[in-house]
Amino acid sequence: MIGAALLALASHWRRHPLQLATLLAGLALATALWSAVQAINAEARASYARATAQIGSGALDVLEAPGGPIPLARYVALRRAGWQLSPVLEGRARLGELRVTVLGLDPVTHPPLPAFAATMERDSATLGRMLAQGGVLFAPPEVAAALADVPGLPEIRVSDSVPPGMVMTDIGVAERLLARPGQIDRLLILSDQPPGLTPLADLAPELQRRASRAGTDTARLTDSFHLNLTAFGLLSFAVGLFIVHGTVGLAFEQRRGMVRTLRALGLPLRLLTTLMLGELLVLALIGGGLGLVLGYLVAAALLPDVAATLRGLYGAPVAGGLSLRPSWVMGGLAMALAGTGVASAQALWRMVHMPLLSAPGLQAWAQRAARGERRMALAGLGLIGAGGAALVLVPGLVGGFALIAGLMLGAALLLPPVLALVLHLGRRLARGPVGDWLWADTRAQLPGIGLALMALLLALAANVGVGTMVSSFRLTFTGWLDQRLVSELYLTARDDEQGAEIARWLVPRSEAVLPIRSAEFTVAGGPVTVYGVVDHPTYSENWPLLEQAPNAWGRVNAGAAVFINEQLARRLGQWSGDSVQLAPGWTLPIAGVYSDYGNPTGQAIVALPALLSHASAVPNRRFGVRVAPDTVPGLIAALQEDFDLPASALIDQAGLKAQSLAVFDKTFVVTGALNLLTLGVAGFAILTSLLTLWSLRLPQLAPVWALGLTRGTLARLDLGRSLLLAAFTALLALPLGLALAWVLLAVINVQAFGWRLPMYLFPADWLRLFGLALLAAGLAAAIPARRLYRLPPSELLKVFANAR
Amino acid sequence: MLLTIDHVQKTYPGARPVLQGVSLTLDAGQTLALTGESGSGKSTLLHLAGALDGFDAGEITLAGTPLSRLDDSARAALRRKRVALVFQQFNLIPSLTVAQNLAFHARLAGRLDPDWIGELTERLGLADLTARYPEQLSGGQQQRVAIGRALAARPALLLADEPTGNLDETASNAVMDLMLELVRASGTALFLVTHSDRIAARLDARAHLSHGRIA
Amino acid sequence: MRARLALLLILLAALPAYGQGYAGLGSTASEGFANPDPNTRLHFPRDHGPHPDFRIEWWYLTANLTGPDGTDYGVQWTLFRSALAPGEAAGWASPQIWMGHAAATTPENHYFAERLARGGIGQAGVRATPFRAWIDDWQMAGADFDSLRLTALGAEFAYDLNLTAEGPLVLHGVNGYSVKSADGQASHYYSQPHYRITGTLTLPSGPVAVTGQGWLDREWSSQPLAADQSGWDWFSLTFDSGARLMGFRLRGARGDFTSGTWIDAEGNATPLASGAFRAAPLDETPVAGRDVPVRWRVTLPDRGVDVEVAALNPQSWMGTSFPYWEGPVRVSCSHPGRGYLEMTGYE
Repeated sequence: MIGAALLALASHWRRHPLQLATLLAGLALATALWSAVQAINAEARASYARATAQIGSGALDVLEAPGGPIPLARYVALRRAGWQLSPVLEGRARLGELRVTVLGLDPVTHPPLPAFAATMERDSATLGRMLAQGGVLFAPPEVAAALADVPGLPEIRVSDSVPPGMVMTDIGVAERLLARPGQIDRLLILSDQPPGLTPLADLAPELQRRASRAGTDTARLTDSFHLNLTAFGLLSFAVGLFIVHGTVGLAFEQRRGMVRTLRALGLPLRLLTTLMLGELLVLALIGGGLGLVLGYLVAAALLPDVAATLRGLYGAPVAGGLSLRPSWVMGGLAMALAGTGVASAQALWRMVHMPLLSAPGLQAWAQRAARGERRMALAGLGLIGAGGAALVLVPGLVGGFALIAGLMLGAALLLPPVLALVLHLGRRLARGPVGDWLWADTRAQLPGIGLALMALLLALAANVGVGTMVSSFRLTFTGWLDQRLVSELYLTARDDEQGAEIARWLVPRSEAVLPIRSAEFTVAGGPVTVYGVVDHPTYSENWPLLEQAPNAWGRVNAGAAVFINEQLARRLGQWSGDSVQLAPGWTLPIAGVYSDYGNPTGQAIVALPALLSHASAVPNRRFGVRVAPDTVPGLIAALQEDFDLPASALIDQAGLKAQSLAVFDKTFVVTGALNLLTLGVAGFAILTSLLTLWSLRLPQLAPVWALGLTRGTLARLDLGRSLLLAAFTALLALPLGLALAWVLLAVINVQAFGWRLPMYLFPADWLRLFGLALLAAGLAAAIPARRLYRLPPSELLKVFANAR
Repeated sequence: MLLTIDHVQKTYPGARPVLQGVSLTLDAGQTLALTGESGSGKSTLLHLAGALDGFDAGEITLAGTPLSRLDDSARAALRRKRVALVFQQFNLIPSLTVAQNLAFHARLAGRLDPDWIGELTERLGLADLTARYPEQLSGGQQQRVAIGRALAARPALLLADEPTGNLDETASNAVMDLMLELVRASGTALFLVTHSDRIAARLDARAHLSHGRIA
Repeated sequence: MRARLALLLILLAALPAYGQGYAGLGSTASEGFANPDPNTRLHFPRDHGPHPDFRIEWWYLTANLTGPDGTDYGVQWTLFRSALAPGEAAGWASPQIWMGHAAATTPENHYFAERLARGGIGQAGVRATPFRAWIDDWQMAGADFDSLRLTALGAEFAYDLNLTAEGPLVLHGVNGYSVKSADGQASHYYSQPHYRITGTLTLPSGPVAVTGQGWLDREWSSQPLAADQSGWDWFSLTFDSGARLMGFRLRGARGDFTSGTWIDAEGNATPLASGAFRAAPLDETPVAGRDVPVRWRVTLPDRGVDVEVAALNPQSWMGTSFPYWEGPVRVSCSHPGRGYLEMTGYE
């Protein structure tokens, strides 16, 4: 009995291979985009975890000196007082042509490090070489490859455990590479301190203790990015489920007769339901499996860009290679199963509750649809309201995303009622019987195609919203770069000595030499880079201040006030007129707040003498040079000649801007790609709903045809109808997308980066998107329209004679 | 002659010939019943006469227009203007109300006559149903709407293919009575396909189709 | 005391950051390092200081102490030096690595702690005059070698002891050149076994005023164990008679190698011929998942010594980077007294 029933159920798919393909494609697409995003997230998180495990000793507190390094003697003195500490020296260095982060550790006192242990398991003599015989650099494969031919470097060992863009080595080697002898950046406070030690605050009052920075900052900073990706993945998943819902619904509808026959033949409903559930399970596993393969490919294609994004935006180390992780593989399959369940629940429920003997009669769709649409409208409004409430009640990023979710889902639910209203109004304008019928018929189509249109709405709104956000950001960023990068030439010397030499050399050859000097401080538990600037109109005339107190530059140049960036102002809740403590005993009033889109962390500007009196060992290697623009190439050549500087150490303003914009653009490549993919899936959803509606359409079209409309006219009208619906949907997507953009710019960005961006409108982009939406809908509608155009009249005539 | 069918042949691709040289004529206002077994080609002949499909050989002339040379849109125009159709089922446009269905063909034909539609509505007993949608009607009610819609366009020829085939006997008689009454009152010619001798006997003339030929 | 030489090598191999795989180093020749030389004459105070050209070296103090209520205690303070390359340099470039072990043993408990440090930066080191050996806040220092103050602080214990030498330095072997195997491996080795100690031992239960005697071993070498030697048992015994005995047994596949020094009550030292010193386990106790002999019969027929040596606390286990057993012992039978026992290589 079971075998026969299975055979009967399966025969449906044999007769409708396209339907089967659509169902599997929908499942695969949904699973693919979801698991691609999850795979990317998992990879990135694994990279952070590795970085934390390698360099952070994550849970350990650290000691730092505000504004400068800790002298080696201080470390030894604290050790001699019994404190169990381990020194870390970290900095950027140019090795050959490659700029890397050099992390110097004392392996003897540092907690166990996988990078070292793994390498030394294979070579017991490494310890001696590391500490005593010139040193060993542990580098990730790509860095190791780039450093292979650089002369004068210590021996290089490849280690997968070292984060990208970094070399790890003994602190003694690091101080040579970084030209910082006798300096320590931070002291890890090891666990298990003996009891009864003199408190650190008494022993070293100049040092500040704070929770470890490594890892936690990256995680916090990148949280928003990953939440963003997940939201995109979920959106794509939902859009894919629309496809599944449509096909499963149709398949069940078409098998009503068969189900009735099987039941009439004595197959128990419970068994039948179980069999159909089993069938869905198999389909979900196949579709989910295909989706995982596809998702892996998509993730592998996108990951390099994501890694670039994370590096560019947050400085978070992420490797470009993808590995198969059980977490997202199992997660993807689970989502495929759950999604199939959700998408099929309605169809299954209807089948289970179908009376054994009833005519296949059509439903009173008009009233039901109207009732459903009223409920949907109410639910939609409720969701939007809930999103708004969440923003108020739940602070932070989560509230912002709740608002977005409420807005998007609510708007999607509102779409069918709103479209119904539009069509109702349109019908009033209709002249002639065909127009009348067209509006009415379109209205009648709405319940069937509504889900696909919701998918389209979400995809378009996401496009408008994210596009507006990115473009606004880019415009603001470009303007900010113009203000911020004023010097015609930027150069980096090898060391302080050469820096001073170059500065002297440049004085007669330029209008001004502006040193770029900074030191790290800890303000309210977070890292803040404090820049010291000289008194020069370059700054006071160009610096992008968002707000300022009277005589701001005068007070800052006098060392009596500080400018802070917007991120820091928002984090502290302190603005012009308030004060900020940069270090113990160094509190300055805030003279102004400037916009800063170059980094996600806190920054401040003080007069250079003020910085130098509060910070030690401030490097003096970077300079901005003001010269006539046409003399820049000659100056670069002369500098290279006289000081043997590599090309990468001398960057003209245009070059720097181009570099910055390139990083920026790279950052949003992934967003663009996901946007386009979502739109594609939405187009596919329209196609599948039209195809699945096909057999239900014939009884609606045949009478009209018989009464004197050609198949060509009907096909054109069908195409036009889809375009009309897509156009209305696109028009409705625009305000939704703009609302989304506003939330992203004014809520999410502030939470995620600490800056608020002005919103600009890009009508040309909307037009392009509108065109894309029509193209997607048109392509999706063209296939069934062509089929209708070619349909033999006898097929249409069958409608009137065959019992369904 | 309103309708002349002259040695018409029709074969569907990949099937045996359906019509093998059928000839018939129908005068204006005349009613003709076409009977025959299942598969004898009755419906096909009706479809050809209504310019719904093309044929392979012979000629059909409808109101002076030879159909063989018409393209798709000309055939559609002829359907709009000259003929009306009532089928066994699915005659009505589901997205339109009864009133809109009733007026639809007349509007397509450009002969909307509200008074005439009002009279038809009255005589067909549909006055209370005009705001309903087709799905909310019984089979007999649906067929009455279909007849009303067909006659509202004042066609020269009404083509009906088993219009009562899905109805029980009582409903079938009522519908058939109404149709014949209205056809005669309006002077419309009727070409009716039926398998019922009893119904065929009520019409002016009768032809029997067997194995693609008039017997 | 070759035993401890190998111990340090293995200890270094087991530094937390480096995992396994140091076995190779144990058997390689000591390239570039100085080798013990029988012609070397030791000079003091110079040789109290470090010998950075030798691969390994230690300052190893053990003490048997007594509280006011007569309770026995043991204390260990060790500073190991290991050179990754011969010589010394300033700053992180120094090839020297230092490791400190400290322990306090009561009849019921055994507490220990470990410290690691790089040479060259001042975190750990040894100066000969005035004598000072330190790692982090632990130190052993004084105006000269005869009068030292010893401190250490662990998570559960601390001590602050004053050491006063009441006898001369003792050179082991011939002029402090001590042979460690039939193959001729050797080290420079001398001791100060005559410290009288007073001070305070702080335990979780509180501070205890203690007195007793201490034994300081100084040894340096560059040579590893013989290939077949797997572990050792080392005894430093102070008899109530005033005489002292240092003896060790290196357990080897080719047979045990034993050696030692007899020190009479006046402090005159006599090296023992190989095989004269005998030690045989009487009793094993499970310690840290292995069986360790904590009761011994020690005999030295030449001197009429036939004693039973029993651990004060059988659980005197040093769970440090490289684990071993080190603790105070009681001596009974022919020559009652106290002492220290160290055992390694029991797996």
